[in-house]
Amino acid sequence: MIGKVGGLRIVTIAVVLGLWELLARSELLYEGVVPPLELIIIASFRQLTSALIYRHLATTGLEIAIGFPAGLLSGVALGVLMGARRFFGRAVMPYVETFATAPKIILLPIAMLLFGTGPESKMALGALSCFFPVVLNTAAGMRHIDPVLIRVGRSFNLTRWQMVSKIYLPALRQAIVTGMRLGLGLTVIGILLAEIKLSNRGLGYLANEYYNNFRIPDLYALLIFIFVLSIGANALISRLQSSR
Amino acid sequence: MKANGNFAPAAAGLLGLILLAGLLELAIRFGLISALIIAPPSSMPAAFAKLWHDGFIVEPFLATLGQTFVATLAAALVGIPAGYLLWRRPLLTASYESWLGAAFAAPLILLYPLFLVIFGRGYTTTIFVGFLSAVIPIVLKTRDGLAAVPRVLIQVGQSFHLSRWTGFIKIIVPAAAPAMLTGIRLGLIFAVVNIIGMEFLIDFGGLGRVVSEMYFRYEIAGMYAAILLILLVSILFLTLFERIERWLRPH
Repeated sequence: MIGKVGGLRIVTIAVVLGLWELLARSELLYEGVVPPLELIIIASFRQLTSALIYRHLATTGLEIAIGFPAGLLSGVALGVLMGARRFFGRAVMPYVETFATAPKIILLPIAMLLFGTGPESKMALGALSCFFPVVLNTAAGMRHIDPVLIRVGRSFNLTRWQMVSKIYLPALRQAIVTGMRLGLGLTVIGILLAEIKLSNRGLGYLANEYYNNFRIPDLYALLIFIFVLSIGANALISRLQSSR
Repeated sequence: MKANGNFAPAAAGLLGLILLAGLLELAIRFGLISALIIAPPSSMPAAFAKLWHDGFIVEPFLATLGQTFVATLAAALVGIPAGYLLWRRPLLTASYESWLGAAFAAPLILLYPLFLVIFGRGYTTTIFVGFLSAVIPIVLKTRDGLAAVPRVLIQVGQSFHLSRWTGFIKIIVPAAAPAMLTGIRLGLIFAVVNIIGMEFLIDFGGLGRVVSEMYFRYEIAGMYAAILLILLVSILFLTLFERIERWLRPH
């Protein structure tokens, strides 16, 4: 039994795919801009069975693997500091919030000036993208820690480091995980966009190559691949979050 | 500026910023950091003046603003009715709400090469990306706002024997309005951020394009000035719309 919800979803997907095919085979748009589904499926199959996409995935993966923890650690550090020292937190918050709303991609030229045009600049941008949601969530989490816990820590004369590791961090777990989810998403986006803008390796670079060479079915296939991966990673983290 | 009238943290923050700028200036003057990589803060006024004279401030600002306005307006015109529809038909909510949430979390902006291919390298693409980023929060917030109207208020309307339509206009809409406004504010912010990002990526449009252009011309001071300008615009947008929202919501 599929039920109404499942049924409506299936019908919606079928209608969308049907409209796509119609659009692809009509003369409405420029030739090749919306390719028929079979071309996309063939391109997808070709991509997944060759080494090229995995090589670029490795580069992008490496950039994420270094950028994300860098942003996460520095974000948690600043967030804890902003929460523990309220005056500092209030003084610094407006600037953090301002930077948080600005699009990080425009900071890419600064990263490239500092680190060159290779993967390091993409890692820097990934770290920057991850940093802000983590700081904001951690700082907010610090503000909501039960004061009793903090007083217990003080009554035991814990050192600063012990306060952080035994009182703050365990209490912040939920806030940090929320920040992580948001941060990971933004890190992936930031790194891919940076690769599209200026790079010679990575999935973003590959997408740009397909675009420049008008290999549209390959472009669609690659974007589907990226989307499936990111939705999958997101689902994984939310499993982690709910199991905690 | 602060609601509680305590200026000390704000002053300290500003002082800290000035101190950092001073240290940066010294570091560059003493050759610790190359002036070709980080522009000295002292060069910023001149850089701004140059941007202004070369026409890289007013027109791009208006271009970005215009695109944001159009994108958000379109998003509101599509999103609010869509949110209303989701609220009226719970089946639609059950089917599509999680999809919308997933779409929002997914890197939609990565699809921009596809939009470039379909719409060409112009305002249609940037506005479309802005529209997409703004419409989802508007739909979700509108539906949530309508769904969160307290039963008590609806029952008051029923006790006055209001017609369905009058009850909707006089009770439900005002009660849901704050959430809808929040949705529009979120939509606006997401639109402007994604539009500036798009302008940077495709070298077209307003403020984002200026940053990209300054980088590729290797006018480093101009580039930093343009980035600062974008940050200023972000603050402006944030505070302005928070003020407007607070003004429209007397409580």
